[in-house]
Amino acid sequence: MNMLIFLMPIALLMGGMGLLAFLWSLTSRQYDDLKGAAWRILVEDETDCKRP
Amino acid sequence: MTCCSMDAESVLALSATSASAGEVRLASHPLGGGLRQVDLSVPDVHCGGCILTIENALSALAFVRKARVNLTARRVSCVYQEEIEAKATDPSEILAAITLAGYRAHLITSTVLETDRIRNQLLLAIGVSGFAAANIMMLSVSVWSGADAATRDMFHWISAMIAAPALVYGGRLFFKSAWNAVKSGRTNMDVPISLAVTLSYAVSLWETVHHGEHVWFDASVSLLFFLLIGRTLDHVMREKARAAINGLVRLTPRGALLIMADGSRRYVAVEEIAVGDEISIAAGERIPLDGMIVSGKSDVDLSIVTGESSPVAVAAGSAVNSGAMNLTGSLVLRATKVARDSLLSEIIGLMEAAEGGRARYRRVADRAAALYSPAVHLLASASFLAWGLLGGDWKQAMLVAVAVLIITCPCALGLAVPVVQVVAAGELFRRGIMVKDGSALERLGDADIVAFDKTGTLTMGRPRLVRADAIDGGNSAIACAMAAHSRHPLSQGLVRDIEISYPFAFDRVTEIAGGGLEAWKGADFYRLGNQAFACGTGLTPAGDSPFSEVVLSKNGVDLARFLFDDTLRPGAAEAFRQLAAAGIETLIVSGDRQAVVDNTARALGIGKALGVLAPKQKVEELQRLGAEGHRVLMVGDGINDAPALAAAQVSMAPATASDVGRQAADLIFFNDRLDAVPEAIAVARRSASLIRQNFALAIGYNLLAVPIAIAGLATPLIAAVAMSTSSIMVVTNALRLNAFGRRPGLRSEPRRRKCGS
Repeated sequence: MNMLIFLMPIALLMGGMGLLAFLWSLTSRQYDDLKGAAWRILVEDETDCKRP
Repeated sequence: MTCCSMDAESVLALSATSASAGEVRLASHPLGGGLRQVDLSVPDVHCGGCILTIENALSALAFVRKARVNLTARRVSCVYQEEIEAKATDPSEILAAITLAGYRAHLITSTVLETDRIRNQLLLAIGVSGFAAANIMMLSVSVWSGADAATRDMFHWISAMIAAPALVYGGRLFFKSAWNAVKSGRTNMDVPISLAVTLSYAVSLWETVHHGEHVWFDASVSLLFFLLIGRTLDHVMREKARAAINGLVRLTPRGALLIMADGSRRYVAVEEIAVGDEISIAAGERIPLDGMIVSGKSDVDLSIVTGESSPVAVAAGSAVNSGAMNLTGSLVLRATKVARDSLLSEIIGLMEAAEGGRARYRRVADRAAALYSPAVHLLASASFLAWGLLGGDWKQAMLVAVAVLIITCPCALGLAVPVVQVVAAGELFRRGIMVKDGSALERLGDADIVAFDKTGTLTMGRPRLVRADAIDGGNSAIACAMAAHSRHPLSQGLVRDIEISYPFAFDRVTEIAGGGLEAWKGADFYRLGNQAFACGTGLTPAGDSPFSEVVLSKNGVDLARFLFDDTLRPGAAEAFRQLAAAGIETLIVSGDRQAVVDNTARALGIGKALGVLAPKQKVEELQRLGAEGHRVLMVGDGINDAPALAAAQVSMAPATASDVGRQAADLIFFNDRLDAVPEAIAVARRSASLIRQNFALAIGYNLLAVPIAIAGLATPLIAAVAMSTSSIMVVTNALRLNAFGRRPGLRSEPRRRKCGS
C-alpha cells in the first residue's frame, strides 16, 4: 500500500495537467474557430499575420 | 446574352450594398495606438480556399495590419490603421476588397465578445467538473473493488477535497438559478439538482468524518458534469443561430449624410440627428428616420414598411417613414422625428405590448419540474421519516433519503430536452433554418395554424412580367434597353424577363424621378413609365387591378404595355400542399391592397386572405385566433409585421426580413424556398415526440430505481451505473432524430454553395 503515496499524487498531477492544458487552450481562444483550424493546417504559411 | 446585359450589369453594380468610409468607422471600435478593429460578416466563406483568398486580399491593403477569418462564425475581423503618414485611410476599401474577391460582406457590431465569455465560462465549468468526476471515479472504483479501513478513509478524504471546489465552481450556475426560483416562490429543474448535489455532498462529508462505508462524491460531481453538458449544448445552439442572424445585412442605416449650415455634408450616426436637421439621401439608400421631403423627386419602396408591393412616387412636401427604400432620385429630407421616436420605435412599443403568447408559454422542462420536484422531495422526506420512525436509525434514514434524491435527480431529464433540441436545431441548420432557442422549437411543434404576410414572405417583392401587349418584338427591345438604365424594380423586372435578340441604342436616356424614363433617338422621343407619364395624360386614379402596369410610348403615342405581378416565393405551392396534408390551416394577413392579396390567395389556393391591415390590426387578428384556442405560427418579414411576429405563439421570418422583423422572429430561414415552413414544423413535431419519449424513458427508469433506493439497497455503485445508463439512453434516443432527416420525402442533403475562389 505504500506505493499509493506516489501513485495518488502522480494520478492527480496528470489529471491536473490535462485540466491546465484545457484551460490554456480555452483562454488562448483555440476553440473560437474549430472549422477554420481544420482548414488552416492545409495552408502553407502563416498567411494570417501580415509581416511588416 | 441580351442587349441589355452591359447596362444591366452597371445598374446592378450600383445597387450592390456598399458602405461608406463613415459607416465603416461608426461600426468599428478603437484598439488604441491609432488602430481600429472592424468586424464583418462574410456569409459565403466555407472552405480553406476562401480563408486564404480573403486574408490575402485584405493583407494586400497597405493600411490593414491584421485580418483573420473565422470560418465557424463566418466572420472576418480586420485591424487597420486610422492614418498612414498623417493621411486618413479609407476603411470602406476593406469591404470593397472582399467584394472584389467574390464574397459578400456586411458590417456587424461586435456584441460577440460578451457571448463568447459566457460560453467559455460554461466550458471551463465542464472542464473542471469533468476533471473532478474522473478523478473521484478513479478513487471510488478502488473503494468498490475492496479498499477498506485507513485506505478507504484516505480515498474518501481526497475525493471530498477534489469535489468541494468543483461543486462550488461548476454548480454556481444551478445554485443561482435555483435560488432565484425559490425566492420568487417558483420551482424549476435547478431546485432538485441543487438540493441533490449539496445534500449528497454534506452527507458524504459527514460519513467520511465518521469513517462511513458509503459516500456519494462521485455521484454528485458526475451529475453536475452531465447537467453542465446539457446547459452548454443549449447555449451553443442559441449562439450559433445568433451569430448567423447577426451576419445578415442591416436594413436600417447606421448613419446619414447631414447637411450642415454652411452647405457641407458630414456622415453622422442616426442618433445624433435632431428634429429639423436636413439630410441627403441618394438613390438606392434607405431612409433612416421619419421626415418631410424638402426637395427632390423619387419613388420609394415601402414593401418592408407597410407591405405595399408597388413603389410610391414622392416629391417635395411628402412625408416618408424610416425604413423605406429610396429608388430613383436623390432627396433632401427634413427630420420630423428623432430616431428614438421614429416609426420603428412605435413598432417596438407595439411589439412589447403584444408579447403575450411567448411570455405565458412555459417550457416543457419547467412544466415537468413543477410536477417532478415536489414529488421527488416528498418521496425523499417520506422515506427519511419512515426509516427514522420505524427503524429508529436516523443516520441510516438520512443515507436512504440522499440515495433517493440522487437516483431521482433529473440527470436524464436535464439532458433529455437540450440534446433533442440541439440535434433538431442542427438538422434545421443543415436545411438553412436557424432556431433562436429551444423553447421556439417546442412552441413550433404545437402550432396548428399559420398566418402569412404577403409582400416579401409569400412573394419575393420582385416584380415578374406576366403579360406584354407589344405590337412587335422591337417594342419590347426598346423598352428593355431603356429599362436597363434604371434601378426601379419594375424596370429591373423588365430587363430580367424579356429576352431579345438585337441591341438598341439611344442618343440620350434620362430618368425622371417619380415618373419614368425618357429617351431620345434622333427626333423621336420614347417614354417608359406609368400611363399618365408615358402618354402625357392627367393622373388616372390608381385602379384596383392586382397588376402593376408599365407603358412604353413613342412621341406620346403608346406602343406597348407590360403587366407585372409579384413573383411567388419558390416552393410556395408545395409548402401549402404539405401544410394542408399535415392538417394545418393557413391564412394571409397583409398590409397590401385587397385586390393584390386576393390574387395571391387565389394563386396559392388559400381560403382566407385579409388585406389592408395596419400592424395593430394584424396583432388583433392573431390575438383573436389565439383566443379561439389556436396556436398561431406567424410568418412575416416587414417592419409592419414585427408586432404580429411578437404576438404569435411562434414566428418565422426569411433572412431578407427587416432588422426588427428578424429580431422578433423565433426562426429565420436562409434559403428562398417557402417549404422551409412545413419542414421546420415537421422537425419540431418530431423533436417534441422524441422529448416525450425521453421523458417516458426517464420516468420509467425512476420507477425501477426508486424502490431500490427506498428499500435502502442502493449503494453508490448502483447509483453510478443507473445514472450513466439513463443518460446514455436519452442521448441515444435523441440521436434518432438524425435518421428522421435521412428519410425519403424530405430534402436533407446540405445544399453546398460553389466555392467562391
